[in-house]
Amino acid sequence: MQRVGTQPLLRYATGAFALASFGLIFLMLLFLVVYAYPAIRFNGTAFFTSPIWNIGNQYGSATVTRAGFTAQAGASFGSLVFVSGTLLSSFLAMIVAVPLSLLVALAIVYRVPAALKPLANAVVELMAGVPSVVYGLWGMIVLVPFIGNRLSPTGNGDGLLAAAMILALMVVPIMVATTRDVVQAQQASIYEASMALGSTSWQAVTRAVLPSVRSGIAGSVLLAFGRALGETMAVLMVCGAAINTLPHGIFSPINTIAAVIVSQLESALTDASGMAQRSLGELALALFVITLIVNAVARIVLHGGDRSGAVG
Amino acid sequence: MKVRAVTRWTSHFWWAVSIAALGFIIAILLSIFAFVIVHGAPALRPALFTPVTSGVAGGLANAIAGTLLLVSIGLVIAGAVGIGTALWVVEYAPQWAARAVRYMIDVLAGVPSIVVGYFLYVALVEVLGWGFSLVAGALSLAIFVLPYVERSADIALTNVPRELREGSVAMGARQGVTMLSIDLPYAIPGILTGLLVAIGIGLGETAPLIYTAGWSNYLPTLAPTHSPVGYLTYVVWTYISQPFAASHALAYAAATLLMVFVFATNLVARSFVEYRFSGRGGR
Repeated sequence: MQRVGTQPLLRYATGAFALASFGLIFLMLLFLVVYAYPAIRFNGTAFFTSPIWNIGNQYGSATVTRAGFTAQAGASFGSLVFVSGTLLSSFLAMIVAVPLSLLVALAIVYRVPAALKPLANAVVELMAGVPSVVYGLWGMIVLVPFIGNRLSPTGNGDGLLAAAMILALMVVPIMVATTRDVVQAQQASIYEASMALGSTSWQAVTRAVLPSVRSGIAGSVLLAFGRALGETMAVLMVCGAAINTLPHGIFSPINTIAAVIVSQLESALTDASGMAQRSLGELALALFVITLIVNAVARIVLHGGDRSGAVG
Repeated sequence: MKVRAVTRWTSHFWWAVSIAALGFIIAILLSIFAFVIVHGAPALRPALFTPVTSGVAGGLANAIAGTLLLVSIGLVIAGAVGIGTALWVVEYAPQWAARAVRYMIDVLAGVPSIVVGYFLYVALVEVLGWGFSLVAGALSLAIFVLPYVERSADIALTNVPRELREGSVAMGARQGVTMLSIDLPYAIPGILTGLLVAIGIGLGETAPLIYTAGWSNYLPTLAPTHSPVGYLTYVVWTYISQPFAASHALAYAAATLLMVFVFATNLVARSFVEYRFSGRGGR
């Protein structure tokens, strides 16, 4: 017995908001594909294979046309430097961040006294709340000189290592929070049963408790990886802004997709053919697709769509 | 017995390593705090808050006003859409639709902010021709924080006790009335917590604003379009790269203000959570 009045109105009004939330991803995807389409055609496969990003000669009217789309003469929009920098820095960050986060989460669950737990949790939350530019600022002024003076043979601190370390620090709080929650939610009986069988507390945790929550942990690792791939400002401030040169070592300057989208905006705006801007759009699209895939897999790993586990 | 002693020692060793790891991240956090405050505190003079940025120096009035304006408008948009979505998902949606919307919201939470920024740059700044503007900037923040707002409202509404709802319906209240007079008030603390978290995130965002709000040395004009807006994170990013002590001081001052704003909202949100759901752990 449905009565007219407030109910249908509320239903439609809230439904419209829900539809907007639902459709946003598709709208963004569609928009970027349409906008970047000329660049996708113009760049072809060179987009993935070429390490050269050059908006072409802007002085003079010479142009080059490929697949029916025109850019400034000499233009080349290859993403290899940025894609490799993105993947390398995020992988390296995860290699550091995953064990660190597991250790911290275990310390918080099993070793921090109950009275101090809120304090430890506050540390994790505050760390997650530090703005990206502040991490970048700290990275520029504290971390980069440290790497340059103490570690790097060339004296250059900007680059892959600095970017990966900053990324690691930024994703640690995300992984600690999720790992802590899934370990805490796991039945204490598993830990106690293992202890009763004569294992040490470390064995009980690493051989009984952690394996029982491995999908939760794997999911949180993937979510953190997705976050690292898309992180912009902090990486931009410490990565060394490499252009047209592939990373060749841990201290070499790199660039990431997200960072180059910011740093190349002004240069792209000077391209009268508009192809540089559209190629940045293609870069944004590539980053979008990569993170969508990583996140979709993460959600599948985390109990197939159930969202009790992780917070992204 | 020898093996046993070794395993025991191994266990102690690894627990010591885990506590050292916790100590390490605490040290890093303290280092960041100390670094920002030591450099930023001396620059926090009253003269900082009234003038606007000019050239490589000046004050932060335009950036503070711009940040507060962008975050407020972004929050109103994200609040309306996020809470509305949560209400529909919890109160009206069939199971499959609720799952689909929640899934897309979760996916949205993983979209890099720079992608949101570039999308809005193309859609609003270029195609609609709004230029760098207040509305474009506020929308970029709104999209980025929407998942946090929706999720906390969703959880808060889902946790409304069945008996309360059923009582209301049994008294003859229509669903809409129950929703507005029973469910929403009950869920308010959870919803507010989500909004506070969103403020914290919005305050610290930079990348999408570069593409949408642009930057301005003048106080925000309140014009919705065609007028770029300054914000604090931009000052941190650009002024630290200038070769002048005065601009470095501004960057550090902006970073200090950001930290203070962000942590104030985090702490309020935290105390909210603990007050409301004491004993159930944060979040």
